[in-house]
Amino acid sequence: MEWLFMYMPIAGVKIFWPGLVMIGFAVGTIGGFFGMGGAWMVTPGLNILGFPMAFAIGTDMAHIAGKSMVSTMRHSKFGNVDYKLGFVMVIGTMCGIEVGAQIVMYLEKVGNVGSVVRWVYVVLLALIATLVFYDYYKATQKKKTGVVGEHGAEGITWYKSLHKIKIPPMVHFKAAGFTCSAWLPIMVSFVTGILAGFLGIGGGLIRMPSLVYLIGCPTHIAVGTDLFEVMISGLYGAFTYSLKGRIEIVAVFVMLTGAAIGAQIGTVATKYAKGYGIRIAFGIAVICCMISIVMKEFKFDAPAAALILATIGLICAYIVKIMLQGAAQELRQKKDSLVTSQHGA
Amino acid sequence: MRHLKTLVMLGVILGLLLPEIASAGGEKVGNLVVVADTRMITDSGYYNSFMKYMADAYNSNIMVFAIWCTVLTACYGAFLGFLMDFLMSKTGLDLKSRKIIEH
Repeated sequence: MEWLFMYMPIAGVKIFWPGLVMIGFAVGTIGGFFGMGGAWMVTPGLNILGFPMAFAIGTDMAHIAGKSMVSTMRHSKFGNVDYKLGFVMVIGTMCGIEVGAQIVMYLEKVGNVGSVVRWVYVVLLALIATLVFYDYYKATQKKKTGVVGEHGAEGITWYKSLHKIKIPPMVHFKAAGFTCSAWLPIMVSFVTGILAGFLGIGGGLIRMPSLVYLIGCPTHIAVGTDLFEVMISGLYGAFTYSLKGRIEIVAVFVMLTGAAIGAQIGTVATKYAKGYGIRIAFGIAVICCMISIVMKEFKFDAPAAALILATIGLICAYIVKIMLQGAAQELRQKKDSLVTSQHGA
Repeated sequence: MRHLKTLVMLGVILGLLLPEIASAGGEKVGNLVVVADTRMITDSGYYNSFMKYMADAYNSNIMVFAIWCTVLTACYGAFLGFLMDFLMSKTGLDLKSRKIIEH
């Protein structure tokens, strides 16, 4: 069974490589479906496989960059990436992350910041989860009363009020299908960037709902555009972590191989899923992430890791099911229409 | 003899101070110093040669290592993207259009 273990020259450990492929596959699937990097899922997985913690974060960051590239390419083909919006938001995100990091450094000087950061994270995740489920409840009520928009019933529509702010320059985002002040995406990405920098995360978990509720992107466009941003920030992260010597490049490549397949499944599954299907699954993932952080705070590390892995497994299975069912139905319809046209001729 | 003593003393003081001066020039790094163990890697085959090159770069020039890591990650990501695109096109699925239905 020696061949199942691969030597990692920089971390100096032998790792069960099929485990790396599986983690890559699962995170690729989930990331492609939700439009996020998924660092909160990868790091405990790598740790369980025996990766030293010092290398887990950097390796994860580089893998996310490559995986997001694969997903962005696929989403781009569907027309799910608004590049203009992505570039505008990158400006705000980068500035925000820097401000967030400075806040953390300031707080570190004052006292122990670790616990504060974790609790802020928990509160933020609780708010996001509440928002997602309240939105779903409201959309269901609207659908029952027959209030249905262009893309179906919508719950929370805060973005409509924010679009009324007409501070120049006004920009039209073609793929997302709306016009708003350029300051809206810049400010939203700046604030989400501060939170991401403060919490030490990539930010997809916060940016995706912000794109939907505050900027007004349809869910599919939010997923694609967010992945584009994750790709850019991931490459930057890969470079900085490599400079610190905290990347195991061999593991990155092995994980990427699995992630490339998963990313196709996750991305194509968005085609067969309704926007609210994606939002609800996202809400569940956020709740599980929140519970695992609370568990870690109270030193229940093993159950926290088990919860994360179970969440990954279940959500991954749900996405694969959507993809397979949708693809089978599409191919069946194609076949039927071909047979009908042949009979007609 | 006195000059020699002074020189030795200066040498010792400089030797003790230099790491502090060097680290004061940039950001403070973590206490963990990691060195890639190249003794476990043989020179046979392309894969091992590549691993050895990366491990040597990690030990000797971290900037070269960082550039390689970023470039190779981007290139491998793009390669996999195009490869998967090609493979997915063979499935017969429509991968260029989708309907946006929220609810």
